[in-house]
Amino acid sequence: MLHTEPERLTQEIRSLGERFGKDRAALIPTLQEIQRRYRGISPLAMQIVADMLDIHPVEVDSVVSFYSFLDAKPKGRYVIRLCRTISCDMQGKERVARQLENDLGITFGQTTADGNFTLEWANCLGMCDQGPALLINEKVYTRVTPEAVHGILEECRQAFGLHALQAEQEHAA
Amino acid sequence: MRDYEPILLRNVGVPEARTLKGYEARGGYRGIRKALGSSPEQIVEEVKKANLRGRGGAGFPAGLKWSFLPKDRTITYLCVNADESEPPTFSNRLLMENDPHQVLEGAMIAAYATRAQVAYIYMRVEFHEQFHVLQRAVDEAYAAGYLGRRLFGHDFDLQVYIHRGAGAYVCGEETGLIESIEGKRGWPRIKPPFPALEGLFRRPTVVNNVETLANLPHLIERGAAWFTSIGPPHSTGPKLFCISGPVRRPGCYEGPMTITVRDLIERPEFGGGMLPGKRVKMVLPGGVSVGVLTANELDMKMDFADPAKYGLLGLGTAAAVVVDTDTDIRLVLRNLARFYALESCGQCTQCREGTSWMYKIAARIAAGAGRRADLDILEQTARNMGMMPGLSICGLPDGATYPIETLVRKFRSELEELIGQQEPARRDAVLQTVN
Repeated sequence: MLHTEPERLTQEIRSLGERFGKDRAALIPTLQEIQRRYRGISPLAMQIVADMLDIHPVEVDSVVSFYSFLDAKPKGRYVIRLCRTISCDMQGKERVARQLENDLGITFGQTTADGNFTLEWANCLGMCDQGPALLINEKVYTRVTPEAVHGILEECRQAFGLHALQAEQEHAA
Repeated sequence: MRDYEPILLRNVGVPEARTLKGYEARGGYRGIRKALGSSPEQIVEEVKKANLRGRGGAGFPAGLKWSFLPKDRTITYLCVNADESEPPTFSNRLLMENDPHQVLEGAMIAAYATRAQVAYIYMRVEFHEQFHVLQRAVDEAYAAGYLGRRLFGHDFDLQVYIHRGAGAYVCGEETGLIESIEGKRGWPRIKPPFPALEGLFRRPTVVNNVETLANLPHLIERGAAWFTSIGPPHSTGPKLFCISGPVRRPGCYEGPMTITVRDLIERPEFGGGMLPGKRVKMVLPGGVSVGVLTANELDMKMDFADPAKYGLLGLGTAAAVVVDTDTDIRLVLRNLARFYALESCGQCTQCREGTSWMYKIAARIAAGAGRRADLDILEQTARNMGMMPGLSICGLPDGATYPIETLVRKFRSELEELIGQQEPARRDAVLQTVN
């Protein structure tokens, strides 16, 4: 059966409803899963979630706009969050920040044109004894130096794009 | 202190303690078994007698908090506050990633004492590894029959869910946390009613910090008399201290609340002294929200009573960060002010506006365009928006003002000197860009 995009999204979100329940308390887990899959929560997704939980869409938007790990605008495949709180700051986060910006060609708050990387600040990741720390999606990197930045980004790139494609083809062959 | 035997951190560096079997082999799950032999009321009494004060920051006595629950309640919820977001604190992280069953056992005892049948562990979303470790522990506990129905053969049921946050400092405030579990913005609620009467889903609720709960298995197993034998009478029991900044051994350490800030920095079993060539300029001894100490105030005791004598908000999370003499204090001021400006939830006017104005002024000073009057404005704003508890819905503005006010007051002459050294031409240029 051929589905339009809204139909597919509706089905997918409804299946999340089966998993997390359909009461208000299910809102954040549901949104987190949508964020993980789509890297952002579109107005349409918000509308579908609102319908499912029987709340006004503005309630969904108010939650999305409040939390820093939920976004209306889609993020890159890899969201890099560099801690800028006091311990990491004193341990040289500024130089790491400049290196990240140079290597990616974007400034903080931006996403690379290919949609692969988003660069953001984080407020204390709780790795203060091992700073500067950064979080890439679900992985924490500690004691990051400007020299280490290239390797870290390369590690991400290995997981998709040309590298991943080549690996896949080699695997298939 | 060298002969101090770690209690809360005894399983750190012992990987097998992460499993239920390993934890039990090292003496785990004895506290809950003993607790189940007494009535919930007896447990509450024992915890009251031990004077276990909350480790999350406010230091409220845990037993007293539990006793506020109405007697005729039918449903009670336990919320475990694992939203550790206070910079530069990481003691809960250490507990959860190294000894998840200790946290669970503590939650079980608290649930039994409060007759809660459902416990939510609210964990900040930044903790991924810790989430997986704790989730594995929860799954193991269910599989072993340590969670679910009729725990250890007693008439006591407990369901535990891990609820992950979505990135908001204010969700560490107990009613903000409750709102967040309910699927709303983490906006703290107006109190009263306190959560003990009307909390999660409008039911009686207790919110306890991870470290507070981690104390319970030991407290119950060894008794209140043992617990009060550690530390001074107003600050009993073992405590975790974090230290970061330019010291030799940044990390999280355990000790009685008899140590001083100097001990935490200098002693070989704690910070191990400053890095070569570094000297202490300033210390934020209890997380950033309690305020700052000068290098002459390092004899402050890390307990619940002493910080007030130094003009600080309290012990806070007992996580110290040392600022050295090579660091420009204007940058420290800006960094602190920025944190609160970003994390204010925006409900109360004085906090929303006050934190962002303090940040703007601090940023201007840091950029080299400060004015002498700015210091007065910062102090006034700080006094007007916080430092008078009860004026706002939650404690965030108090926490936001203590570091700013104490820094400006204790380092005023140095800030004035730095402002005096600014080049007028540069100052005007900067003013045009930041204003």
